[in-house]
Amino acid sequence: MTPRSTEDRLVGRSVARREDPRLLTGRGRFVDDIALPGMLHAQFVRSTVAHAEVTAVDLSAVRQVPGVVAAFTAEDLGLGDITARLDRPLTEFVPTAMPVLARDRVRYVGEPVAVVIARDAYAAEDGLEAAKVSYAPLTPVTCEDQALAEGAPRLHDDAPRNTLVDVSLFASEGIDAVFAAAPCVVHVDSRTGRQNALPLETRGTVAHWDDREEQLVLETCTQVPHQVRTVAARCLGLDERAVRVRVPDMGGGFGLKCVVGREEIAAAAAALRLRRPVKWIEDRKDALTASFLAREQHYDVRAAFDAEGRILGLDADVVCDMGAYSCYPFTAGIEPLMASAEMPGVYKVPAYRVRGRAITTNKAPTAPYRGVSRPQYVMVVERLFERAARELGLDPVEIRRRNVITDFPYTGVNGITYDPGSYREALDLCERTVREEGWYEKQAAAAAEGRHLGIGYSCFSERTGYGSTAFAQRKMEVVPGFDLSEVRMDTSGAVTVTTGTMSHGQSHETTMAQIVADELGLPLAKVKLHQGDTDRITYGWGTFASRSITVGGSAVRLAAAELGKKLRRIAAARWDVSPEETECGQGCVRRRDDPSMSLTYEQLAEIAYLKAHLLPKDIAPGLTGTAAFDVFNDGTFSNATHACVVELHEGTGQVEILRYVCVEDCGVAINPQVVEGQCRGGIAQGIAGALFEQVTYDAQGEPSATGFMDYKVPTAHEIPDVAIHHLETPCAFTETGAKGAGEGGTIGAPAAVLNAVNDALRSTGVELDHTPITPEAVHDALRRQRTLERAR
Amino acid sequence: MKPAPFRYHRARSTEDATRLLAELGADAKVIAGGQSLVAMMNYRLARPAHLVDIGGLRALDHLHTDADGGLHIGALTTHHTVETAPPDVLEPGFGVLRRAMRWIGHLPIRTRGTVGGSLAHADATAEWCLLAVALGAELVAEGPHGRRRIRAEDFFFGYYTTALDPGELLVEVVFPRPAPHAALTEFAERQGDFAIVAAAVDLDAEDGTVRGGRVALGGVAPAPVRVPEAEAVLAGGGTFAECAAAAADASDPPGDANGSPEYRRHLIRTLVQRACEEAMAP
Amino acid sequence: MTDAATDLQLMTLDVNGEEHEVLAESRRTLVDVLRHDLRLTGTHVGCEHGICGACTVLVDDRPVRACLMFAAQAEGARIRTVESLSDGTDGCELSDLQQAFSAHHGLQCGFCTPGFLMLAEGFLAERPDASKEEIREVVAANLCRCTGYQTIVEAIDGCAAARRRAGKEK
Repeated sequence: MTPRSTEDRLVGRSVARREDPRLLTGRGRFVDDIALPGMLHAQFVRSTVAHAEVTAVDLSAVRQVPGVVAAFTAEDLGLGDITARLDRPLTEFVPTAMPVLARDRVRYVGEPVAVVIARDAYAAEDGLEAAKVSYAPLTPVTCEDQALAEGAPRLHDDAPRNTLVDVSLFASEGIDAVFAAAPCVVHVDSRTGRQNALPLETRGTVAHWDDREEQLVLETCTQVPHQVRTVAARCLGLDERAVRVRVPDMGGGFGLKCVVGREEIAAAAAALRLRRPVKWIEDRKDALTASFLAREQHYDVRAAFDAEGRILGLDADVVCDMGAYSCYPFTAGIEPLMASAEMPGVYKVPAYRVRGRAITTNKAPTAPYRGVSRPQYVMVVERLFERAARELGLDPVEIRRRNVITDFPYTGVNGITYDPGSYREALDLCERTVREEGWYEKQAAAAAEGRHLGIGYSCFSERTGYGSTAFAQRKMEVVPGFDLSEVRMDTSGAVTVTTGTMSHGQSHETTMAQIVADELGLPLAKVKLHQGDTDRITYGWGTFASRSITVGGSAVRLAAAELGKKLRRIAAARWDVSPEETECGQGCVRRRDDPSMSLTYEQLAEIAYLKAHLLPKDIAPGLTGTAAFDVFNDGTFSNATHACVVELHEGTGQVEILRYVCVEDCGVAINPQVVEGQCRGGIAQGIAGALFEQVTYDAQGEPSATGFMDYKVPTAHEIPDVAIHHLETPCAFTETGAKGAGEGGTIGAPAAVLNAVNDALRSTGVELDHTPITPEAVHDALRRQRTLERAR
Repeated sequence: MKPAPFRYHRARSTEDATRLLAELGADAKVIAGGQSLVAMMNYRLARPAHLVDIGGLRALDHLHTDADGGLHIGALTTHHTVETAPPDVLEPGFGVLRRAMRWIGHLPIRTRGTVGGSLAHADATAEWCLLAVALGAELVAEGPHGRRRIRAEDFFFGYYTTALDPGELLVEVVFPRPAPHAALTEFAERQGDFAIVAAAVDLDAEDGTVRGGRVALGGVAPAPVRVPEAEAVLAGGGTFAECAAAAADASDPPGDANGSPEYRRHLIRTLVQRACEEAMAP
Repeated sequence: MTDAATDLQLMTLDVNGEEHEVLAESRRTLVDVLRHDLRLTGTHVGCEHGICGACTVLVDDRPVRACLMFAAQAEGARIRTVESLSDGTDGCELSDLQQAFSAHHGLQCGFCTPGFLMLAEGFLAERPDASKEEIREVVAANLCRCTGYQTIVEAIDGCAAARRRAGKEK
C-alpha cells in the first residue's frame, strides 16, 4: 500500500538533494568550522619509532612553550583502554588492549604518546617539538613473513606468531579429492597494497563539558555516533547518559570513520580536565601515517574446474595485515571473516575450504574500508576464472556464464542464502554493451598495430542489509544490525525523522525524506531528517556496510507508517468509522468510501496537540510513530558486472583506461542519480587501489607516504567516465525493495582493471596479480615480451 | 602541519631585498609565490627564521624580447603569465616555454608559482631548471655588490642548492637565443606530479634537417644535466631513436619508490625521442 | 623562537569586497585567517601542502591554494571565497555554477566542493570557451574522493555551455 499514485511517487526519482544548497554556499558546518568560546587546540606527540618500550615521557619543556596550556601523558589522564572483542576462543581470536595514549609500549610510527593543548593549532605544534620521549627499541615486525616466523618478536604478549584471528571454515568433505581429480586446477597468489580510505575531511572532534546538562558533548565526525558514545563513556568512567555525541556535516568517511579513534577520547579527557572546549583536527600527515589504514591482504587460492569450465572447488588461505591493534567495535576479524564467509560470491561453488587469519604488525591499525575484503577476494576469484578460461580455451565471459547463480534463493557452500538478483542478466548486458561499442574490433585492430588493448570483466554480488542475525554469526561481542526511527509530526503538519544511521555524502537527508514523504503523501519540503545526535534517538548503529537505506530506510518507512496509523485513528474517531476505512495521502486522511471527506494533517495535528480534549480516551495526545527494523535472514545481495578497457603504453608502462561500463542492480533505487554517484565514486576508489594508492613501510616500520606526493590519489585526469546501466530486482524483505548501493563500485573495479591489464598482457606470458599495478610493473612485463621476441 | 614561527619582512625594492638578505644572513629565505616553500614550511621541513617577501616587486614581473632576439623573464613572472602570454611575445622562437607550462603542477599552482622561485628552489625535476639548462639560459643575480650573470649549467648544484650567494636575489632569467625547435616532455604516474623523468631538447635544424642540438634530463641526477653523448648523436646525423638510446645508455639514474634505474632509463629513451619528435613537429 | 613567535602582523585584507583588519601571527596561512580569524568557514582545509585544492580561493581573480600563502602575502589583493558566489538578499540564491553542480550531482559529502567551485569560477572567467577536455584538465587540479569527477566535469562544462548560449542570445 502506498498513499501516493505511482506517477506522484518520489521514490525512484532523482529529486534534487536537500544537502546541496548549504554545501554549495559554504554554509555547511563541518567539525573544524565549530568555534566555541575559550576553545583550545589539541595535537599529539606521536611515536617516531615502530616498536619500542617507552622508558620516559618528559613534557616539562612542552609546558614552557608560549601558547601551550597543558600537556598530558597516559599516566596523567588515567584512561581505560579501547578493547574490541569477538566471542571466540583464544585459539581463534586474541583481543588487543589499545590504550588511548601509549603507556609503556609503542607499536607503530605515529602512535599517540601524549597530548598537547594550546591556544591554537600553531602553538600546539610548537609544543610537540619540545616533547622528549625516550624509547628502548624493539625489533619491528613489518610484514607477513616476519610476523608469522617461528620465534618472531611479539607485538602483543598474548598473540603467538602475531596472529589475532585464525579461523578455518567450511572444509567441505572430500575437497582434497575434488582437487586431485579435477582436470583443471588454477592458482592465484595475490597481494594487495595497504590503503587509506582517505575521506577528504580528516578526523576531528570538538569536546566540551556542558554544566547545565551535566554532559560531555563530543562533536565529532563519525559514522557511528552511538559507538563513540559507548567507548567515550567507558574510557572516561562516565554514565553513557552523560555523553552526547553530535555529528556535524561530514566530509566523507568510507569506513575510516566507522571505528572509534583514540584521539577523540583523549581530546574529551583533556576537555574534562581543563573544563574548556578542546578541538582536535587531524592534519594530513597524521591522517596518512597515524590514522586507520586498510586492505593489505595476501591471498593464496586454488580453484578446481571440470573440462567444461564448471567450478568444482575453491581452497583459500587469506592473511590480512591488520596493523598494531584491533579496531572498535569490529576487531581485527573484520577483513578475514568477511573474506572467509563470502568468497564464493556469485558462483555456484560446490566445495569450499578457507583459512582466514589476521596478523598484527608494527603499522598503523586498520579499519573497515568501503568494500571490506570484497574488492580483494572478488579480484582473486575473477583472476581464477580468467586463468581457468585460458587453460581451458574458453571465452572469459562464457566461463562465468556457466557458473553464476541463476536460481534464487540459492544457499551456497558457505551456508549463506542469496536472495534474488540479476547475476546472469548483468553479465550478459555488460558484455553486449562492450561488444556493441566495438571494443573487441578495436582490440584486434590495436593488436595488429602492436598496441596493447585489454578488456576485463568482474562479476560480483555484495551482501548488504546485515541484520543482527548476520552480524551475530561473526561473533562480535557487540552485535550491530537493527536500526530505530521516530517520525514526529508537529502542530503545523511538518515532519521530523530521526534515524540511527549517519549520512556522510550518501544523501540520506534526501533519500530518507523521499521514503517518508511517499509513505505519508507529503511534499519533500515537509520532511526533515535528523541524524547524528545520540540524544535524539535511543540507539543506532550508524552508517557502514551499505546498511543505511536497507535497514535504516526500512525503519524510517515503518515509523512513518506508524505515524500514518495514528493520524488515521484520530481521523477515524472524528468520523466514527474504523481506521481501516481511512487512508493517508496528499497531506490528509480521507475516507475510503467517500474521498471528499478528509482531514488535513494540519487539522489532525491541531487536534493531537492543541485540542486534545477532542481525542477519544484511548488515543494519547501527540503525533509520533516509532519503529525498529532488523533483518532476520542472511541479508540482501546487490549485484553488478563491470567491464574495463585499458591500453598499456609501451613507452612508459602507463595503464590508460579507455572505457568503463557498469551494470548494477541494487533493487529499487530510491534516487537513481544518488545510486549512480555511489557507483562512480566507488569505482574511482577501486581504480585508485588497482593502479595508484599504497602505503608501504620500510624495514624499520617507517611509512612511505606522508603527503599526497607519495599517496597518489587519482585525479580527473586518471579516472574515466563511467557508463552505468541499471537493472532492478527488488528486495523482498526491505521495506522499500532497496538493496545497499554504497560499496559495489569499489568492490568490482580492481578485478575489472586487473583483468583488463592481464588481457592486454596476454601475449607476454606475464600475469600481474598484485595491486597496485605500477607503470614499472607493466613496463617489466612488456619488456619481457620484447626480450622474448628478440630471442625468437 | 603549521609552520614554525618566523619574522616577516616585506621588501620594497630589489635593493631593499638584497639589503635585508645581507643583514639577516643564512636564516633568511626569500619568498616569491611560495608554492614549494610554504608546503615545506607547513611540514616544518623548512624553518627559516626570517622570510623576505619580494611579492610586491612588480619590476620583477616582466616578459620581453631584446634586440638580439633574446627573451628576458623577470623572476616574479608566474608560470601562468608565460602560459597565457600573447603569441607575438613567445612565438615562434620561445613557444616551447608556453607549451612546457602545462607540465608544472596544476592551474592554481601556476597562478602563484614564479619562474624565479622555481629556478632558485632548484628541484631536480623542475621544468624551469630543465628548460634553462636545455636552452642555455643565463640567470641574473643581484647582490650587495651588483648584478652578475650565471650560466644555467653552472647554477644548479643539486639537492636544492644553487650558485646564489646568501645575500643574492635571482631577478631575471635570459634565454639568449630563440629555440624554435625545442620541446619538453615528462612522465609521472599522475599528471601534474613531479616528473619521474623529464626531458628537454633544443634542436638546431635547417629546412627540417637536424644538424645538432642540446639534450637535457631532469630526475636522473641531483640537478638537471645535459647529455653530451646524446647530443653527439644528433650532431653526427643520427636518428632520434639513436639519440634517445644514447641518452639512456649514458645516464646513471637513481632508483627509488617511483622507479628503478632500469625503468628510468627506459623512460629517458621514450621521453628524449618524444621531445625530439615534438620539437620538429610542424 | 619565542622572539619570532610574537611576530604579529596587522593586515588589511579585501575579502569578497569587504575590508577586514586582522592582527595575526605572520605564520598564519591565508586559509587559516579566512576560516578562523574572519570565520569564513566555507573554504576548507584538506592537505596543507597544495595538492588537494579544498582551500582554493580566488586571489585577483585567479584560483590559488590558500594553504600555500601566508595571509600577510595577500594584502593588497582581492580575495574571493565560496561565500561570494551566491546571490540574493539572504545570500542563498545559487549561481548558475552552483546550480549546475547540484543538477549534475557534482557533490556528495561537499567537503571539496568550495574548492572546485572557486577553481571553476576562476577558470571559466578566463576561458569561457574552454572545451570539455580542457575543463577536465583543470578539474584534475583538485581532489574529490566521492564523485569520481565525471559529474564535476559535466557540471562545469554544462555551466560554460549555458553561459555561451546565453551570450549568443544577447
